[in-house]
Amino acid sequence: MNANLIALAMIFAQLSLVAFGGGNTTLPEMHRQAVEVYHWTTDAEFAALFALARAAPGPNLMIVPLIGWHVAGVLGMLVAVAGMFGPSSIVTAVALRLWGRFEHQVWRQAVQTGLIPISVGLVAASAALITQASDHAWVLAIVTAIVAIAATKTRLHPLWLLAVGAAIGWTGLGQ
Amino acid sequence: MAMQDEMAAPATTAPGVFDLFRGFLMLGLTGFGGVLPLARHMIVEERRWLTPIEFTELLGLCQFLPGGNIINLSVAIGTRFRGVPGAVAALVGLIAAPTAIVIVLGEIYVRFQSDTRVVHMFAGLAAAAAGLLISMALQMAQPLWRKPRAIVFACACFVPVVVFQLPLVPTLLIVAPISILVTKRFGI
Repeated sequence: MNANLIALAMIFAQLSLVAFGGGNTTLPEMHRQAVEVYHWTTDAEFAALFALARAAPGPNLMIVPLIGWHVAGVLGMLVAVAGMFGPSSIVTAVALRLWGRFEHQVWRQAVQTGLIPISVGLVAASAALITQASDHAWVLAIVTAIVAIAATKTRLHPLWLLAVGAAIGWTGLGQ
Repeated sequence: MAMQDEMAAPATTAPGVFDLFRGFLMLGLTGFGGVLPLARHMIVEERRWLTPIEFTELLGLCQFLPGGNIINLSVAIGTRFRGVPGAVAALVGLIAAPTAIVIVLGEIYVRFQSDTRVVHMFAGLAAAAAGLLISMALQMAQPLWRKPRAIVFACACFVPVVVFQLPLVPTLLIVAPISILVTKRFGI
């Protein structure tokens, strides 16, 4: 139990500090740690937790409290949340305090631009891993494809698309 | 700051610690499928904590720091107006409600895990969530389409992580500095 809490704290604190380009970039590592390293969840369970997190309102990292809860209940949830949101928030607060003093435009621009392809690559990696974990039947692969196209080409609210996916799943068709 | 004059135009009001908590609590409760557009509406138009320019500047900064953009934005706005207590109030306000909701959803899932209908429904939900993520990746990749160097660096992150299942941190520590140096020297 204690070892699990320490592992949760370590993993999420680490992810917190490398979550450049938003939280989704850390999904592949979260998946690797939870499924392959610690065996806290199966591949399918991880995909289900991710889906639950997407169905809830709020920031897109709500899979973090879910994993914590899944591993060690309330304490696990608190440790995971503090680990994931604490370090990056401290960095943000400190950086903003210093910002007025160190305004090196050239350096800042280079870092900002250089990190763009990195965050694109990592979000794409997350998409690939989550798709792999989710689509274990042809119907599900079709749902993923339809939602991907609809979300890209239309301005439909994501919640409608999630609802359509859940409804198609509910029928049990092809599963 | 040169922008001080423009900023003075639309009057802004400084929120207190409780205002920060309440504002971000509402955002957390209502932000289905993405909080950012709602955040701008509340912060700039509804409550006038920041001018449009201030909001864009602050968000740009938050995107460049580690952590979720909206998480960082809550900390940034909290710190700006009320120091550390403000940051804590904004952050806790933002994540409290979604955390509670997600845990309840999780418990419902666990309780009905043996019901095949529920399992199928969540499988459909998971498939749709994967589709949303693909769409987000596509939209983010779009501006890089004709930029070969950027595509190489994106692939240099994607391939090790997905194909070879290597850990993220060492991959990032190697690829990110190279990408930054190359971008600085040759442009994106």
